[in-house]
Amino acid sequence: MNEGLLRELVPTVIGILVRRGADFASAEDAVQEALIRALATWPDDPPRDPKAWLVAAAWHKFLDAVRAETSRRGREVAVDAEPPPGPAPSTDDTLRLYFLCAHPTLPPASAVALTLRAVGGLTTRQIAAAHLVPEATMAQRISRAKRRIAGQPLDQPGDLPTVLRVLYLVFNEGYGGDVDLAAEAIRLTRQLVTLTDEPEVAGLLALMLLHHARRESRTGPGGRLVPLGSQDRSLWDTGLIAEGVAILQAALARDRLGEYQAQAAIAALHADAARASETDWVQIVEWYDELLPLTGDSPVVRLNRAVAVGEADGPQAGLAALDGVDPSLPRYAAVTAYLYERAGELSRAAGLYADAARAATSVPERDHLTREAARVRQQLRGS
Amino acid sequence: MKYLLLKHYRGGPDAVAPQPPMDEWTPEDVDAHVQYMRDFAARLVETGEFVDERALRPEGTFVRHDGEGRPPVTDGPFAETKDLIAGWMLIDVESWERAVELAGQLSAAPGAGGAPTREWLEVRPLFSEQLLGTE
Repeated sequence: MNEGLLRELVPTVIGILVRRGADFASAEDAVQEALIRALATWPDDPPRDPKAWLVAAAWHKFLDAVRAETSRRGREVAVDAEPPPGPAPSTDDTLRLYFLCAHPTLPPASAVALTLRAVGGLTTRQIAAAHLVPEATMAQRISRAKRRIAGQPLDQPGDLPTVLRVLYLVFNEGYGGDVDLAAEAIRLTRQLVTLTDEPEVAGLLALMLLHHARRESRTGPGGRLVPLGSQDRSLWDTGLIAEGVAILQAALARDRLGEYQAQAAIAALHADAARASETDWVQIVEWYDELLPLTGDSPVVRLNRAVAVGEADGPQAGLAALDGVDPSLPRYAAVTAYLYERAGELSRAAGLYADAARAATSVPERDHLTREAARVRQQLRGS
Repeated sequence: MKYLLLKHYRGGPDAVAPQPPMDEWTPEDVDAHVQYMRDFAARLVETGEFVDERALRPEGTFVRHDGEGRPPVTDGPFAETKDLIAGWMLIDVESWERAVELAGQLSAAPGAGGAPTREWLEVRPLFSEQLLGTE
């Protein structure tokens, strides 16, 4: 059985049930139950028409749920066993699911979970494992999210920036359990590109592909974090890079720049350098200057820009570019440590790397920064 | 039987082999320490004794209820003298002796200069989830 094919069917089948008169929450539950049954039975007994099988199974689950509900309330069964034909499903159904699952009223964690289930076709168990929470907790998170968006019209245009933010969140969650969330985010963004005509969607896809291309090189022996400048560039996936660059160029040609296109342009410039020393930092700074106003002068972008300025114009210029950036930002100490090290102020740099390690938000990052502090201190002892 | 192996930033008995802060070790010693911890966890996965492990960031605070309609009271960040937990590993093993043996192995992780840190780890049995024998 091709699990990928099965998962691709999920949003379509939800759309079909909704068109037959089911409400979104019940339709989504019914399809999830049918999906779990398909995962259990298809390997031994593959259906001839997977989509028809899934529609029929989901519709029966839906009817069972309606019957249980009506008998609980002591009323007549109101739904016919034979589904009304309903209008033919269209690709717009899937697009609307993206908007609904990433509805702006939902907290990000709920939008992520609901998107992975209803659009991505993952099971609650897989989503829970990927987020290191019990399955019952994840099931509740999804139910509450669905209650929260109950009554939202399915035929309204949604908020695309929120959808893109949710997909980028999924991408950055990386690996968890047996699901590769980064690959899943790429698949969902690819699909969204076919459903919309917005250069920013293509920009996000390009950004993901360019980052994903470097994945192998980002961790060294023992899971150690390897920063961009020290990565083995022969490990970069040139096929993904070429695809990301082509998608980006087509998006940029439409002359409607947005933050994902600008970020992808920066990633493309990194990808373009055969050696770290060949990086075109001047152009990267120019892209950061484009990116800043697009993000409402984001402090994180300002911080990253300071690193690029440090490379393009020297560490003193980089430190000057930090002026006005909030020092309590995560990674602020790490960035200043790096710039002071480049400026030759090793003792100050070592102290800042140690501060940065204490402020790190993940164990690999903490270990990396501790090692950086140790490395600079060793250099100090040697000089 | 499940046991929690607790690592402390501070608190507990006096260190027998006091370590300088990790950022003052050599990079090779840092790597060796991190690798030892990873290998240890991987070995317990192999033996079927590993349950979970998490590391805790050093900041945080104490919080308590302060009456209806009032915001909770906080006391912190933690005073320098207070015990501070750095992380835990949850293991599921045959016996108390095995839990102690494993904690001893974990405490043998190489420190500055490559010698075992011999740091104190706290071993705490969890209450059982089983109700057998209570009737």
